[in-house]
Amino acid sequence: MCLGIPGRIITTGHDEGLRMGVVDFGGVRRDVCLAYVPECEAGDYVIVHVGFAISRVDEEEARRTLEVLRALDGGQALAGELGQ
Amino acid sequence: MKYLDEYRDPVVARRLLQEIHATATRPWTIMEVCGGQTHTIVRQGIDELLPDGLRMIHGPGCPVCVTPLELIDKALAIAARPEVIFTSYGDMLRVPGSHTDLLALKARGADVRVVYSPVDAVDLARRNPDRQVVFFAVGFETTAPANAMAVLRADALGLPNFGILVSHVLVPPAMTAILESPATRVQGFLAAGHVCAVMGWTEYEPLAARYRVPVVVTGFEPLDLLEGILMTVRQLEEGRHEVENQYARAVLRSGNTAAQDAIRRVFIVGDRTWRGIGPIPGSGLHLAPAFAAYDAETRFGVAALTAREHPHCVAGEILQGTKVPTDCRAYGTLCTPRTPLGAPMVSTEGTCAAFHNAGRRNDT
Ligand code: SF4
Repeated sequence: MCLGIPGRIITTGHDEGLRMGVVDFGGVRRDVCLAYVPECEAGDYVIVHVGFAISRVDEEEARRTLEVLRALDGGQALAGELGQ
Repeated sequence: MKYLDEYRDPVVARRLLQEIHATATRPWTIMEVCGGQTHTIVRQGIDELLPDGLRMIHGPGCPVCVTPLELIDKALAIAARPEVIFTSYGDMLRVPGSHTDLLALKARGADVRVVYSPVDAVDLARRNPDRQVVFFAVGFETTAPANAMAVLRADALGLPNFGILVSHVLVPPAMTAILESPATRVQGFLAAGHVCAVMGWTEYEPLAARYRVPVVVTGFEPLDLLEGILMTVRQLEEGRHEVENQYARAVLRSGNTAAQDAIRRVFIVGDRTWRGIGPIPGSGLHLAPAFAAYDAETRFGVAALTAREHPHCVAGEILQGTKVPTDCRAYGTLCTPRTPLGAPMVSTEGTCAAFHNAGRRNDT
């Protein structure tokens, strides 16, 4: 139950005062409570736990982290310096 | 899918592994706190690809596994009542209590239902006004916002037939208990990214400073875990002990303040017993007095139940990282995912189940 997964908000709406939305998880769609991410709208990525969006996925940060990781040379520069 | 597949890139993973090998010059022991992280590490074999001296210890971060036996027995006692619809996340159904489990009780006619979200349980209460609907509210800080909202919603809708059996646990006090234990070998932590998405990471700053341990808030995909390990090893090698955030795409330092507000309205912090570890002060959430009417323990008079564990099960040592599942004499023989003796074999997030599903043998 504790695994959170990222999904993309498709639509937003309300159910008797509770902010809800439909979130797409790679093709599977589910009703998700959006009460805790009031800033999120359709198109945003969110992390969902037990039917609740608990945080927004920051696309800029996601891209930045990937860039840093892809730029890694896997210790080869260091190995080169040490003459290995 | 976007922001999932990219973080599973095997080429980048290999480079990260090489970087870890190039960085680690001494043996280190790091604990990943969350069961979701344990699952990825064991399934991908990340722990076996690390440098020889670099050990990953699998922490107590599976909520199913740390829910105390007596709470399972309380759940069973409540679920057996004819007026009750007992609702739970699916992974609690097969957790063994002292004598039976929820699934067996259901087979014998009890009204036990799996729900995806606690608000589904509230809907059941709305549609069944003549029945008592009880939700088994287990979990860490990640499920607390959902459970808080279920209570707030039942209250707003005026549903006296809704109640929750609360077994909420908090991660930072458990990390402190592990660091205080004389047997501990943990030198650095990968903090659970989604717990921090809710709570932020300010709670870890005094802990990192006091015990001089690096804490790296880490995500759940293979690249997240490898980068989290690399960041922790860098700190250890450089003698630093800071809180760093590997999972910046989903975690803010302040966390989710709307979720924290709801948790603070509905719950108060109190002592909790962790299955396998024992009581840890201030490590759990209980219903706040204003919402005491929703407490299923008092409503059904099961507050005084106590219970004892299976004698073979060394879940406590495993949760604290002093033993691995293959050290347990019941592992893979008496205890398998189909016949679990202890909670860590039940949930896919449990360390024993993660080892068993990855085919790890006793002799390795
Ligand atoms: S293998 Fe089974 S009996 Fe052994 S520690 Fe794990 S859950 Fe307990």
